[in-house]
Amino acid sequence: MRLATGVGIGALLLATSGAAQELRVGFMATFTGPGANLGQHLRDGFLLGMDHAGGKLGGLATRIVVSDDQLKPDVARQEADRLLEKEKVHFITGIVFSNILMSIYKPVIESGAFLISANAGPSPVAGAQCSERFFSTSWQNDQTHAAIGKLAQDKGYKRAFLLAPNYQAGKDGINGFKSYYRGTIVDEVYTQLGAIDFSAEIAKIQAAKPDVVYAFMPGGPGIALIKQYAQAGLTKQIPLLSAFTVDDTSLPAGGEAADGLVSASQWAVDLDNPANRRFVADFRAKYGYVPSYFAAQAYDAAQLIDAAVRSTGGRLDDKAAVRDALRRAEFPSVRGKWKLNTNHIPISDFYQVSPGTLPDGTRAMLHGDVVLAQHGDQHAKNCPMRW
Amino acid sequence: MSRERAAVLDVILLSVQILNGIQLGILLFLVAAGLTLVFGILDVINLAHGALFMVGAYAGAVVAVASGSLALTILVAPAAALVVGVLLDRLVLRFLYDRGHLDQVLATFGLLLFLNEAVRVTFGSAARPFPVPELLDWSVSLPGGASYPAWRIAIIAVGLALALAMFLIIAGTRAGMLVRAASTNAGMLELLGIDIHRLLLGTFGIGAALAGFAGAMAGPIAAIQPGMGDHILILAFVVIVIGGTGSVQGALLGSLLVGLCDTLGRAFLTDGIRLLLPPAAANEIGPAIASMLMYLVMAVVLLVRPEGLLPARRPGR
Repeated sequence: MRLATGVGIGALLLATSGAAQELRVGFMATFTGPGANLGQHLRDGFLLGMDHAGGKLGGLATRIVVSDDQLKPDVARQEADRLLEKEKVHFITGIVFSNILMSIYKPVIESGAFLISANAGPSPVAGAQCSERFFSTSWQNDQTHAAIGKLAQDKGYKRAFLLAPNYQAGKDGINGFKSYYRGTIVDEVYTQLGAIDFSAEIAKIQAAKPDVVYAFMPGGPGIALIKQYAQAGLTKQIPLLSAFTVDDTSLPAGGEAADGLVSASQWAVDLDNPANRRFVADFRAKYGYVPSYFAAQAYDAAQLIDAAVRSTGGRLDDKAAVRDALRRAEFPSVRGKWKLNTNHIPISDFYQVSPGTLPDGTRAMLHGDVVLAQHGDQHAKNCPMRW
Repeated sequence: MSRERAAVLDVILLSVQILNGIQLGILLFLVAAGLTLVFGILDVINLAHGALFMVGAYAGAVVAVASGSLALTILVAPAAALVVGVLLDRLVLRFLYDRGHLDQVLATFGLLLFLNEAVRVTFGSAARPFPVPELLDWSVSLPGGASYPAWRIAIIAVGLALALAMFLIIAGTRAGMLVRAASTNAGMLELLGIDIHRLLLGTFGIGAALAGFAGAMAGPIAAIQPGMGDHILILAFVVIVIGGTGSVQGALLGSLLVGLCDTLGRAFLTDGIRLLLPPAAANEIGPAIASMLMYLVMAVVLLVRPEGLLPARRPGR
């Protein structure tokens, strides 16, 4: 009896020490509702990154727990609690939307797990509320808008018309644009979130006759806007520079209406580096569609976790070691050079991108010149971390 | 620029914005007309109406991409919504005709979620292309640099024609008379030897087809993605509350009112407030009020005429 108990305890110990060598990653993104397509891009990119790392991250048996935030902050909060307490994950990654990130930010970083955003980059977590437990493989939200503002300035457009949805990210976008644009703002128009008809705004643009239109209109409304802009015959008359509006997720639906529209991104399908060529080719072969920057960022998130965990030798409980490994991780980022700012948000080149055609005839967003070289976000100076 | 020329341009801008408001209103009318028929005559609140709008848009998108034919697109879309609508009616809704509105809302909301997910599973969550059919892929130039797309003109023309046709059918034909009679006293009609179930099914089918047709008309303007009908469904309910339930004229009046309020609010309210307040404050207040405007109109209508502006006449209720 005593022997049996001893064997039992021994087996239990073996089992638990075995379990410590399992890496558990919670992958949270939006998989239902209008934002579901973006969640799919993130997940597919991440899973391809895991494939390329040999089906496991950091050399450890890896369990991925996929979780749907439904684009509802309260649901995201409950899901984060489940991932942390029940699944006992070491990392939570994914996260399409900024409001979701803000709702789970505190619980995750206070729990001891690491939060790796593969997309959302709201300003608080880049500035004063930055954390040793938070890393990003995307950008801070302002950076893309800043690149568009710089682009409008560089092209010498004198009069700009600004259009964004009436919520915090819309106002942040317009401020990001203004941080680099020095010309005259003829009007700034805020539309209702989720708007489907832009005829009133288009008539205002036609009457104001600006040199350029800046638009931040993510998701379905963005597709509606570019279709209506083209139908009004404006695409050829007034250049439309947009952020998070015309991209590889909206291009298939936008069709020819998107031709000639310009955006900015830290990544494009045709960036010429070995890691990106492999990523794009394998992604298209595996999933049958063209990856977007969402997929590229999530792929890098898998690479970041893989490289960091590997360099700690699997010591997942040594949080300081994992943090240092994440900071110093080296891996072939699909954007080219990988470098983190002091606030753990990447410093990247931002390119001008616009719709084009890949060698096999598929339409995709292709990159042009660098607009902002090795650009770090403006909030890093408010983050007290030094390393 | 001379002052006269500036004034002319202002008049053109105002006219274009009024046209935009009418066009948005007509689009809402196409959705609201079906909803108000089903609500007013069958006394069923059908939230799945938004899903039928989506079904029409998807069917139209598939046909428009495959064939590019205008005629096929606007025929197949309502047909698809009709088939789905009749299936919904036979499988679920007919059991709800005699139950309270709360049961209907719960069941049809469930249907709406189910259909949104079914479309996502079938077509994926990415938005789909819906090009303007070639026949109407051009625009009319207006003085002052503005232009108006032919597709939007088509929405206005078709919507007004449909409104007229519905009005004539309901007011002037035997079928219309039966429908009106059924809404007043269905039991009496049954005693007179009319197949009331076929009549109600027909009404529901027409409502579904109208939603599908609206989906196809909105397709080239909107983003074709799962859940695309949810937002417009809310607007359609605002329309029928303002116009009065069950009345096609009411739906038309309500739609035009909502379309004009919303468009003119978005077009001019912020500029108007800038005359009184500093620009930053106007940018805060203007868009907020503009997005509330139609709900304010609804609140006023409910206060002054709780039955709506042009309710269907229903003796005995």
